[in-house]
Amino acid sequence: MENRDFFYRRLHSLLGVVPIGIFLVQHLIVNHFAVYGPESFNKAAHFMESLPFRYALELFVIFLPILFHAVLGVYIVFVAKNNVRRYGFFRNWMFYLQRITGIITLIFIVWHVWQTRVQIGLGNVELDYSLMEDILASPVMFWFYVLGVVSTTFHFANGLWSFLVSWGIVVSPRSQKIATYATLLVFLAVTYIGIRALFAFV
Amino acid sequence: MAEDKITLIITRQDSPDSPSYQETYKINYRKNMNIISALMETQSNPYNADGERRPPVNWESNCLEEVCGACSMVINGEPRQACSTLVDKLEQPIHIAPMSTFPVVRDLVVDRSRMFDSLKKVKAWIPIDGTYDLGPGPRMPEKKRQWAYELSKCMTCGVCLEACPNVNSKSDFIGPAPLSQVRLFNAHPTGEMHKSERLNALMEDGGIQGCGNSQNCVQVCPKGIPLTTSIAALNRDTNIQSFKNFFGSDNNY
Repeated sequence: MENRDFFYRRLHSLLGVVPIGIFLVQHLIVNHFAVYGPESFNKAAHFMESLPFRYALELFVIFLPILFHAVLGVYIVFVAKNNVRRYGFFRNWMFYLQRITGIITLIFIVWHVWQTRVQIGLGNVELDYSLMEDILASPVMFWFYVLGVVSTTFHFANGLWSFLVSWGIVVSPRSQKIATYATLLVFLAVTYIGIRALFAFV
Repeated sequence: MAEDKITLIITRQDSPDSPSYQETYKINYRKNMNIISALMETQSNPYNADGERRPPVNWESNCLEEVCGACSMVINGEPRQACSTLVDKLEQPIHIAPMSTFPVVRDLVVDRSRMFDSLKKVKAWIPIDGTYDLGPGPRMPEKKRQWAYELSKCMTCGVCLEACPNVNSKSDFIGPAPLSQVRLFNAHPTGEMHKSERLNALMEDGGIQGCGNSQNCVQVCPKGIPLTTSIAALNRDTNIQSFKNFFGSDNNY
């Protein structure tokens, strides 16, 4: 195919928002049921677990898009020569943090999927409130999850900003500034939802 | 004041392949010196701070009024033009180094060929020749001309490439300057007739997709060119062009 690199980079940007970003928000909102008690969480988790076409949904909405986004993302991290010390501009810091949080998020997701989805698939554990309660009972794990969630939501919100630029939706400096504030609000809102759910398990 | 000395610490390199080294000069201070006139002191008095006679420092410069882009170098950590950098406004000692993004030819002389190659790659010109007289082109609104003039100030100085984290030896990204030139020539009423050719060139390897939105370029551009606005606008244009290429279009010119 012609212009493969262009296509892959644009696909990378798109997949980060649709479906991965949408899945992330959905995932954290479902987690938030834990705030209303174990039963409420179990009911929501069971509903998600028993969605029709579950394996197809997991494969095409979650695993494959994240796999592509991660592989190309690691390459993008590798080809950058970060220079925030010399050029300490706000956007350059965001550029740098986007790459750092991308790597942290990848490590976190691999661990998290191994600990939950893979173990459930192997039949070692069951998907319910107590699974997360046990995991988060360890303070190390709890703070690792806090770091993972904040890193993921930052990567999502800042990635949403670059999505808007990379797709030519926000062009002028003013619109890009407004998008910065809008995605900051997205970051705060999604982080609140994610962190509050984590605290509900301890 | 006549005995006042200033210290220059210059990163030098004798040939493209030899290792770089630092050389310190104590030069006579005059009022209103710029970096060019400071460097000229190393020619008129070619002795370094240790009193050794050395080959004078090499550098490039032409216009001496910040429009040619030839004298770009890294002065006290900041890539800028030596001609418009005034000694009185700098911290001492003054560190001068060649830009790191480009191959060094000698001392402060770098080879910016990659930028000129990129301009050729993206067809940063307007074809007006035909086998017969094509007549005058369409008129351009004055307001648009004033806007386009800002983009035309680019002097291919390389400062934006130097500051861009995605322009480096690991990446083939052509950098911000040639991207903005596509916007300039696509905005011209005659240049617009070859719009898709330039957009397609931007989508090839090393093209606009290499931009990671660090936006350093717009911060460091000595001519204040709205580089990131150009890039965002071209993101829109190249995306639309790629859809036209893929799905087919009635006006894909």
